[in-house]
Amino acid sequence: MLSHLANPARFMRISGIALPWLGGISLVVLALGLVWSLILAPPDYQQGESVRIMFIHVPAAWMALSVYLFVAVASAIALIWRHPLAEIAAQSAAPIGAGFTFVCLATGSLWGRPMWGTWWVWDARLTSVLVLFFLYLGYIALVNAFDDASRGGRAGSLLALVGIVNLPIIKFSVDWWNTLHQPASVFRFGGPTIDLSMLVPLLVMALGFTLLFGWLLLLRMRTALNERRLRALRIYGQAATAGAAGEPASAAARPAWR
Amino acid sequence: MGALATYFAMGGYAGFVWPAYGIAAAVLGGLALHSWRHYRASRDALAAAQRPRDSRE
Repeated sequence: MLSHLANPARFMRISGIALPWLGGISLVVLALGLVWSLILAPPDYQQGESVRIMFIHVPAAWMALSVYLFVAVASAIALIWRHPLAEIAAQSAAPIGAGFTFVCLATGSLWGRPMWGTWWVWDARLTSVLVLFFLYLGYIALVNAFDDASRGGRAGSLLALVGIVNLPIIKFSVDWWNTLHQPASVFRFGGPTIDLSMLVPLLVMALGFTLLFGWLLLLRMRTALNERRLRALRIYGQAATAGAAGEPASAAARPAWR
Repeated sequence: MGALATYFAMGGYAGFVWPAYGIAAAVLGGLALHSWRHYRASRDALAAAQRPRDSRE
């Protein structure tokens, strides 16, 4: 019981220190990534300046996948060990992942129009990423669909785990099916095939997105914990005015993190 | 004017490159702003609720 109380408390203390640093560093790295991808990187010999879209499209796609993996792993921890922070982590991460997936789809569409001649095709890669976007939205909707928050959390965790089968489909769709979307050029056997002058801004942007995710995650988790604490205080407040004002507020706050 | 206009034209892809960066900035910036406001509101509400009863935190 005490360890359950200690974990969120420790999380609040450590995340409170990390939050401003993470926010500041991600701002700097993102600014650096913007300058690099919009000014310093050379135009592609085939795609011309449109290749600059790739510096946000590809890192956004990486984030879309890895944030989903994070949500699924946190959901598994929440289901198996009932760790109080795991479910909050999964629920805080899902809207961020949905945001990255939307950015990936929108920028891909804006690149596809001049390069492929179409905004959208029902290609295996594009379709499976669209499914990922709907998985995120479905998870968020399911979590909020129940009056009982713990039932919503469990249902959402199950959906997140089932949806994990989509991740290898997205990753290997370009190899399994002969589709319009090009195959991997960075994470592939035999090393990256793209030039260093383009790989560096890509990786700086990816680092910036990862740091931004970390900052947003801590921020949203802290918000959720604050709200739980507040709900517990209100319940305690009602109990105190109705009957005997016995225990201190910290004891009343305990069930909030169970 | 020449060099700057050439830069912003993005080799004819201006209509695709700038909206791509704009959408990314709007979505991620919007998410950050919304999350930050929500966080501040939750922190202030909690502080206000704790003040009369429990002054230790």
